[in-house]
Amino acid sequence: MTKITSLASAALIGVLVGVAPVRAEEVPPDQLVKTVTLEVVDLIAKDKEIRAGNRAKLVELIDAKVLPHFNFGAMTALALGQSWNKATPEQKKRLTEEFRTLLVRTYASALAAYSEQKFDFRPLRAKPTDTDVTVQVRVLQAGTQPVPIDYSMEKTASGWKVYDVMVGGVSLVANYRTEFNNVVRESGIDGLVKNLNAKNRSGLEAPAAKK
Amino acid sequence: MTARLAAAALVAVLAGCASTAERDPRDPFEPLNRSIYRFNDKVDVAIAQPIARTYRRAVPGEIRDRVRNFFGNVGDFFIGVNNFLQGKFEDGVSDWARVAFNTTVGLLGIHDVATDMGYEKHNEDFGQTFGRWGARPGPYLVLPLLGSSDLRDGIGTGIDVYTDPLGEVRPYHLQYGLWAVRFTQLRADLLDASRILEEAALDKYVFQRDAYLQRRRSLVYDGHPPREKEPEEDKGADDDKDNKPR
Repeated sequence: MTKITSLASAALIGVLVGVAPVRAEEVPPDQLVKTVTLEVVDLIAKDKEIRAGNRAKLVELIDAKVLPHFNFGAMTALALGQSWNKATPEQKKRLTEEFRTLLVRTYASALAAYSEQKFDFRPLRAKPTDTDVTVQVRVLQAGTQPVPIDYSMEKTASGWKVYDVMVGGVSLVANYRTEFNNVVRESGIDGLVKNLNAKNRSGLEAPAAKK
Repeated sequence: MTARLAAAALVAVLAGCASTAERDPRDPFEPLNRSIYRFNDKVDVAIAQPIARTYRRAVPGEIRDRVRNFFGNVGDFFIGVNNFLQGKFEDGVSDWARVAFNTTVGLLGIHDVATDMGYEKHNEDFGQTFGRWGARPGPYLVLPLLGSSDLRDGIGTGIDVYTDPLGEVRPYHLQYGLWAVRFTQLRADLLDASRILEEAALDKYVFQRDAYLQRRRSLVYDGHPPREKEPEEDKGADDDKDNKPR
């Protein structure tokens, strides 16, 4: 009898869950950050070419593993501030693409640089009903204060998405705001698109020269 | 201390397209700051970076950890003092416990045994203490060789250096040697950060300045700064409707 009830309730839950977008329920945000971080760090550690400095391969890895969990539209809107509302849909699209390329590059370098450090994944302090949370990770290094990395994440129909990263109290998105506004003030939104595009192109050769 | 020096050492070739259109209210001395930034950058590229790279190549990571721990221990006593001055007595006691354990059991600080015992390393300095007491950062400043600072933190750094235990070391050539190793270690630790800065920034001067100001604000409030007031121009009626709540 109890078996039947539990089967029935299991079926009922199955139906209910089936109605909601399933993937969104699957992974809690702190778990997502931990899984993805450890997976990527592990892949970097195992990959001789990436460790030898193969940037293209590293970016490809970040593209495949990390990118799907970022909401670049929201990040670009936040970084642009009020200029975002003045942009045409076409400009918004191009801005998001260019900013995304820049962020992926930057993120790839950061991960490669810190992949040998130890990570401390902090337990999530949020209610289960929260749809906007901060996931905290700390990078540990001998002899210095741990560096906190805070991921601001928002629940969307396709799972939890990162819309800002704070490293040591510095919000990446906020840090671009002044730069972006300066460029927009001088040469408009198209100027910013052009500027970002040039930056992204130059980034292809520049890092190899150093180090 | 680390944070300020961190920012100080985040340097690179200046992008030639400096914006002078509108002065940022936080940075009234921007033209002067930019020329000092350019000078610092040249020194960094010509001298500091090559030394730091050589150091990192030549000295194994294990030894560099020992060096970092040693200087970390040197700083912990006054980190404790600053925690006391800010009324954070538990943190201050913890910092002094760190000094006690690391100097003895940790062999003059080269082993950070205190962290393993649960006494976490903190980041405090006199600039943060003044901030905690209510001092505003004042105008942003780029100090020659030391890099990013502001009026409050510049005064703080002066006191940090004046009170630094390394200043007591005699003979002088040993003291200067220790300072040299300390800066080399710091710069080596920041090589990755400065490369990331080069890749991330459209205008490195602006990017570094904003990062410095954000970072210091976060440190003053120990990682939990109150919500920042939006700048004047962002106060438009429904301009933020597309933005995420922060």
